[in-house]
Amino acid sequence: MDIIVCIKRVAQTAEADVKIDSSGKDIVKDRLTFDMNESDTYALEEAILLKEKFGGTLTAVSLGTVQAEDTLRIALAKGADSAIRIKAEDFEGLDGYKTAQLLKAAIKDLKFDVVFTGCIATDDYYSQVGVTLAELLGVPHATLVTKIDIQDTKAQVHRELEGGLMEHLEMTLPALFTIQTGINEPRYASLIAIRRAAKKEIKVIGASEIDPIGIQANASLEELFTPPAGKRAEILIGSVDEISAKVAGIIKEKGLI
Amino acid sequence: MNEIFALVEHRQGIIRDITYELLSCGRKLAEKGNTKLTAVILGYNTDNFVQILKGQAHRLLVVDNEVYENFNSEVYQTALTEIIKRQNPVLTLISHSAFGMDLCPALAAQLGMPFTTDCLDVELAEQKLKVTRQIYDGKLNAKVLLRKNAGYMITLRSGCFPAGESSLDGIVEKIDTPVSTQPDYRKFIEYIEAVVGEVDITKSDILVSVGRGVKEKANLSIIEDFAETIGGVVGCSRPVVDAGWLPKDRQIGSSGKTVKPKLYIALGISGAFQHIIGMKGADTIIAVNKDPNAPIFSEADYGIVDDLFKVVPVLKTKILEMKQAKG
Repeated sequence: MDIIVCIKRVAQTAEADVKIDSSGKDIVKDRLTFDMNESDTYALEEAILLKEKFGGTLTAVSLGTVQAEDTLRIALAKGADSAIRIKAEDFEGLDGYKTAQLLKAAIKDLKFDVVFTGCIATDDYYSQVGVTLAELLGVPHATLVTKIDIQDTKAQVHRELEGGLMEHLEMTLPALFTIQTGINEPRYASLIAIRRAAKKEIKVIGASEIDPIGIQANASLEELFTPPAGKRAEILIGSVDEISAKVAGIIKEKGLI
Repeated sequence: MNEIFALVEHRQGIIRDITYELLSCGRKLAEKGNTKLTAVILGYNTDNFVQILKGQAHRLLVVDNEVYENFNSEVYQTALTEIIKRQNPVLTLISHSAFGMDLCPALAAQLGMPFTTDCLDVELAEQKLKVTRQIYDGKLNAKVLLRKNAGYMITLRSGCFPAGESSLDGIVEKIDTPVSTQPDYRKFIEYIEAVVGEVDITKSDILVSVGRGVKEKANLSIIEDFAETIGGVVGCSRPVVDAGWLPKDRQIGSSGKTVKPKLYIALGISGAFQHIIGMKGADTIIAVNKDPNAPIFSEADYGIVDDLFKVVPVLKTKILEMKQAKG
């Protein structure tokens, strides 16, 4: 089985303070940590599990700056055989559509049975690269996948719908799956494997090889702004003791104690 | 300006709520652009849908066939490519849900149409489409301009466009289906209902809910203990279930449960919109989070900017004292 997994290095913003920079079009990055996008770690794990079960090859691809090579090396350490970086520095105004176009150009000549992506990137929040890529590659897709069972060229796939409901699909490979978090338990790379991966070569490709005509993006960013406050919470101020007393009082007032 | 299309989303014979939000957004845009709104229904035994939606759009475009009973993005894509090519709507609105996420990007890419996803606000003027999206875990908003084109496609986030009253008298237009079988390479088999857990969190008046901020499974005992003191049960946001610390039936949010307790205490939950959808109906929301800009504070009534592990033990003591004073 030949497998491709698309991964992205993103700023870890779930628990961080995110600020707009002076250009108004980007964020202040110097105090943020960067790592593999959350659902991509599950996509990578699913790819490794498949390879362990069926054998074959696993290629990790990432569109990113040179730092994305650190993320690709983690994929190599965990179990990918080869890695490709598409030079993000060659492109401007990347949106989900153009990203999918570049990924397609980078992998279209590779043999594959399955392509995995995460179901959403926590920075752009698009949820569109995987499905667009499937369309451009001319293969069927399923999004928000929480279970895959493959026999020969048939895949039994569970997709997550709303309210705890799932749907079961039957699909034929080759196909693309966007993976939902929680589908598996992503492994950690061992130190030995990380050291070994540091020596592996990463194939780097740029605009001249895959985007000679300059594909147009669908969307361009005009400005970033802080979401309007809406109904802001009354922030309780004081010592932990004082605040806790206040909260207990509020709960009592509501008749819940 | 050409018409605006809104794609009706239904599941298990029921029109999903987000559909009314799409239609409401579509009516506003149509009014501003001096054009009309068409509700597009791909379904099976659609008479009921037509009755319900007749007042919501200027026109109802109905394609009735068994193949649309259960959503299959490949079937929808083939049919809608045909229909959109023929009718040239200026904008097609689809929900940002498991349905729309699976459909919109492939459909728009096939049509060569600029598209974007998860929009909170839409402006359409002089054939230009500008949308507001949320990025970086919901911490910032972005205004995005789409490449100028005769037709656009976007998905809308639920909860951003209130479903309004409408008393239009939509013209019903039935058309033949361009598709009548599911392709071999993607077939819908069945729905799998959620597993019923030992505790039904939707029945509790008090919910103590934890997120990423709980850090590790061992810490859950502190939360369980606190919940017991206050007479509530423990729920959680997605990362806690993903990590395997709590079962899926404790998850609150779009892919989990929707709860409306009297009191919701959110501990270490940043407040991704998928979570907010599931708990915003609570009477009183108290949130504890270290990040003063966490989106949860836009939804909560009271906020505490601190480490939950500092707050919870003290709060537990205060509540115990109050109970004893009362007892």
